[in-house]
Amino acid sequence: MNALRRALLSGLMLITLAPACTRAAAAPPGIRTVPITIHYSRFSRDTLVVAPGETVRFVVRNTDPIDHEFILGNQHVQNVHEAGTEPYHPPRPGETTVPAGTTQTTTYTFPDVATPLTFACHLPGHFAYGMHGDVRIES
Amino acid sequence: MLELGTATSADLDTIVETVASSLNAEAMLRWPFGDDRFHERIRRHFAHYNGTVRHVADVAPPSFGKGVAFMWTRLGVRAAASVIGAAALMIGAAGTALACGGLIAPNGTISLTHTTTLAAYHDGVEHYITSFSYAGDASGDVGSIVPLPGVPINVIKGGDWTLQRLQLEVHPPSPIAGVASTAEASGAKVILRTTVDSLDITVLKGGALDVGTWASDHGFFLPPDAPEVLAFYAQRSPIFMAVKFDAERAAAQGVSQGEGTPVDVVIPTPHPWVPLRILTLGQDPRSLVQADVFLLTDRQPAMLPQAVQPARTSGQEGLIQRVSEPASASLLNDLRSDDRMSWVPQHMWFTFIDVNARAADLTHDLSIDASGFAHPDPVAAGYAISERFGEGTSLPTVPIVLAIVVTLAVLVEVRRHRGLVHP
Repeated sequence: MNALRRALLSGLMLITLAPACTRAAAAPPGIRTVPITIHYSRFSRDTLVVAPGETVRFVVRNTDPIDHEFILGNQHVQNVHEAGTEPYHPPRPGETTVPAGTTQTTTYTFPDVATPLTFACHLPGHFAYGMHGDVRIES
Repeated sequence: MLELGTATSADLDTIVETVASSLNAEAMLRWPFGDDRFHERIRRHFAHYNGTVRHVADVAPPSFGKGVAFMWTRLGVRAAASVIGAAALMIGAAGTALACGGLIAPNGTISLTHTTTLAAYHDGVEHYITSFSYAGDASGDVGSIVPLPGVPINVIKGGDWTLQRLQLEVHPPSPIAGVASTAEASGAKVILRTTVDSLDITVLKGGALDVGTWASDHGFFLPPDAPEVLAFYAQRSPIFMAVKFDAERAAAQGVSQGEGTPVDVVIPTPHPWVPLRILTLGQDPRSLVQADVFLLTDRQPAMLPQAVQPARTSGQEGLIQRVSEPASASLLNDLRSDDRMSWVPQHMWFTFIDVNARAADLTHDLSIDASGFAHPDPVAAGYAISERFGEGTSLPTVPIVLAIVVTLAVLVEVRRHRGLVHP
């Protein structure tokens, strides 16, 4: 059942992310690619500095045998996901589920003004385990 | 039986809330059950308990077993603590008298229970005996994954009351008291499948990623620290045992919820060891991990890390060597008389290690040398990884380390937990 779910999920993600990936592959020079690796339920970085209004394509690689997710947003977004109602997160920019052993991408345009932002995984227990980091918007 | 306290039905709400609150931070239990079922399970457990609250460790074992209604509580604590391991590989509590904790005192406090395991080493063969008990509902939503240090030559039902008898040895009561070879899509290879009562047991060979993926694909929930812990064990031995509880079969067999099923994993190995780090799985680093580890060896064993002697003060933490002495004839005779325990020899050395340590401090396993040379293998304790334990080494050449266990507390039905907790 889980395998089926994973397959369906992956298929769904392919469908939903394919256009974005295609765009990213041919991304204009203004879009920066930031690789993030998840290993042992930890992000490879705990802070990220971006420019106001910058668009970043995140390439999130999950090396673990368990699923993770990458949720980027303000505290409200994090709160929603911590107690959230969505099992998976493909469609919105900055939000993606990263199944075990896979790599997913998501593109996000940061606000023009300094805003406290966080990226995190909200699968049960993962945030408390340390799966979160801060984003600083600096000119 | 020592009565520690008596509650009435009027105390039920208080008990339920206390237990729920105590376990609140231990999401391992809430995830599979969901909030409503979480409380309901506590309520149902105590409601049928007729109000009597007692300390299971004080239950005299001769009847071993059934009828101690603290199962759910101990399951909860245990599962919440995710301590299954070395000592016990279980998601829930061990069989009735297995655990020596599980106390809900009259004032409503709750303490973590112990897990219990026996690692008996004789003629190069390790018998690793522990007990699994589950309290999932009829849909069968619980299971365990147990990293194994080597390939077992047999997995059978353990003695009916062996673990209880060992507890009795160190905690005397008061005077009143099928082989398969199937490559799985995930990369993990199934090398043995069998059943023990209501348990479906699968022995897997594969790296941490393979086994973790296999587990996820088969409905096991792995906590966030599982990848690192799996890797810690897979570096030494890519052998894991997945145990799944079949609730329907259990019901057909008349097995009650929470009743322990002892399992004897027989592993040839030159270096017996008992995994301890696995006990920290899913634990807060500051939490106290408790387990009873019994050793029966041909000679007095040397251990790494060394267990300390008991202090005169209470609250001592660490690996505490409570007993180290020749096993009494009465103990060995009793064990030998249990079902499937005739292999117990006439003379053995008996060691009892009381594990009472913070999760952050349990970073290694317990390596044992019973050869008389007093050189426990640091690799077996996880201090270093030797090439001989590399995953690329073919199994027949792998010096099979004994030991076992652990448990990644695991709860099946990921969909359910996702839906309820992180919907």
